[in-house]
Amino acid sequence: MALEFWRAYRENRGALLGLAVVTVIVILAFLADVIAPYSPTEQFRDAVRMPPVWADGGTWRFILGTDGLGRDMLSRLLHGARVSLFIGVSVMSVSFVVGIALGLSAAWFRGALDVVVSRVMDLIMAVPSLVLAILVVAVLGPSLANTIVAVTIVYLPRYVRLVRASALNELSKEYVIASRVAGVGPLRLMLSTVLPNCLAPLIVQAALGVSDAILEAAALGFLGLGAQPPIAEWGTMLADAREFIRSNPSLVTLPGLAILVTVVSINLLGDGLRDALDPKMRTS
Amino acid sequence: MLKYFLRRIALTIPTFVALMFVTFVAIRLVPGDPVEVRVGERGISAERLAHFRHELGLDQPVWKQFADYMWQLVHGDFGTSLVTNQKVLTEFAALFPATIELGLAGMLIAILVGIPAGAMAAVKRGTWYDQLLMGISVTGYSMPIFWWGLILIMVVAEGWGLTPVSGRIDLIKYYFPPVTGFMTVDAWMSGQPGAFLDALHHLVLPAIVLGTIPLAVIARMTRSSMLEVLNEDYVRTARAKGLPPRRVVGIHALRNALIPVVTIIGLQVGTLVAGAVLTETIFSWPGVGKWLIEAVGRRDYPALQGGVMLISAIVMLVNLGVDMLYGVINPRIRHGS
Repeated sequence: MALEFWRAYRENRGALLGLAVVTVIVILAFLADVIAPYSPTEQFRDAVRMPPVWADGGTWRFILGTDGLGRDMLSRLLHGARVSLFIGVSVMSVSFVVGIALGLSAAWFRGALDVVVSRVMDLIMAVPSLVLAILVVAVLGPSLANTIVAVTIVYLPRYVRLVRASALNELSKEYVIASRVAGVGPLRLMLSTVLPNCLAPLIVQAALGVSDAILEAAALGFLGLGAQPPIAEWGTMLADAREFIRSNPSLVTLPGLAILVTVVSINLLGDGLRDALDPKMRTS
Repeated sequence: MLKYFLRRIALTIPTFVALMFVTFVAIRLVPGDPVEVRVGERGISAERLAHFRHELGLDQPVWKQFADYMWQLVHGDFGTSLVTNQKVLTEFAALFPATIELGLAGMLIAILVGIPAGAMAAVKRGTWYDQLLMGISVTGYSMPIFWWGLILIMVVAEGWGLTPVSGRIDLIKYYFPPVTGFMTVDAWMSGQPGAFLDALHHLVLPAIVLGTIPLAVIARMTRSSMLEVLNEDYVRTARAKGLPPRRVVGIHALRNALIPVVTIIGLQVGTLVAGAVLTETIFSWPGVGKWLIEAVGRRDYPALQGGVMLISAIVMLVNLGVDMLYGVINPRIRHGS
């Protein structure tokens, strides 16, 4: 089955490219401490706002230059990859687990629980994502942890609705009725009979959810409501660089490019997963 | 039909009440006393403090506070800003047209470019044009638009000097009283030479930034919807009876392909609002998005609370409207369930 999946996946060139780039980014993030030439928070007061090596006045000492406080951009970008992936994966894992729990419970118990869960999810979906995230952060206070909380709340409904809808669909099928008749208990029925059959769309959602979470967290960081200094977070780095947009364009270009490349490759990977896992969901 | 409408409206009401409850609770969870924010650092007498607490209703039991809050909302009172001491609704209403103008312009670009580009990609499926467009589209909907805005400012505004960097119009050259709140319309009506073009000039770049993600989504949706329709029997029939390809694609296929696209366009309203917060911040566009962020920065919680309420209510109403419109267009929805 894995082989069959891989055959379908590798047909898609974009998906292969996405997988390759994501792999590189993950490795760089893991090895950030080893690869990065300096600490992401170390300030070189003698080398503030150095241009990158290819520009006039750049040196090999700071390959991508330094920011307004003399911190090495390359080191900050590498550590930023770690922060962004950490946010993306945390949001995805929590939403995945909570989404399955809430979605399956709503589908199994129906009645009041289903109504409450569904209405709460409707409410979350009704408020524009970034506006809700801003509200949550304004209440909890800006920090990396609260960014994760806010973004998780914003994207949770997608998981819950997906699990609930596919579980409801599966519950009406004959194999579920058969296992019920055979005396399988509710917990086992939901987790080992129904859930595996809902997984394909959920995995796709999880992959695409990582990129959405990274983008949303970077937007919060850019607005000054995300990870706080001196954490090297790409959105925050962009916000800091805004005042140097004329003098040091690379300070603006690089963090955004890092966000864009990461998000595009995760999306390509997610699209590839969707096409390979479920031919019915193919967009073309 | 009426039953469908009523049902849809009835489903929106509990969500709306829940929204009131959530904004009410959220603001009470904020650390720090709203009275302290207002008092500042100098401190005041206990008597004045009690007076302020009474004025803000903080000496009442919580359930009473919520009931009062709902009562006020229903009567159009969305609170008073702690910083400017103005009604939140007044401030919001003054800034809202700027956001709508930007949103409409962004959506217009997205639709005018997205639909033809997507339809073209479907017709030329598998060619380099198709692949290029889909590549651009993935990049578009993955775009951190706050960065995209800065890059465009850097290249188009600063580098090439083609557009202004920020604002809605050159305030030194042109002045006219706001009538509609839409700068382009007001400029047109003022009759001052060059004013309309200047307003348009200011609008272009932010609108492109805001329209980027919807553009990518619309292009993708049009392409996949078009691909499905192009295989339908009625398209084959149209081709077989010898209609020119342009007519087959442009009329027979595109019209039917657009139904799901219309839904997607409606669903972009939330995306537009979220995008407006970022776009307005970058371009110093005086709309409700920028105002909301400033309210957070100033710890002006009533403004934040009222702003979130108003924005969400508007988005909910638009979504409701889109759903109803969809019911009118698509008979299957109207009669089913």
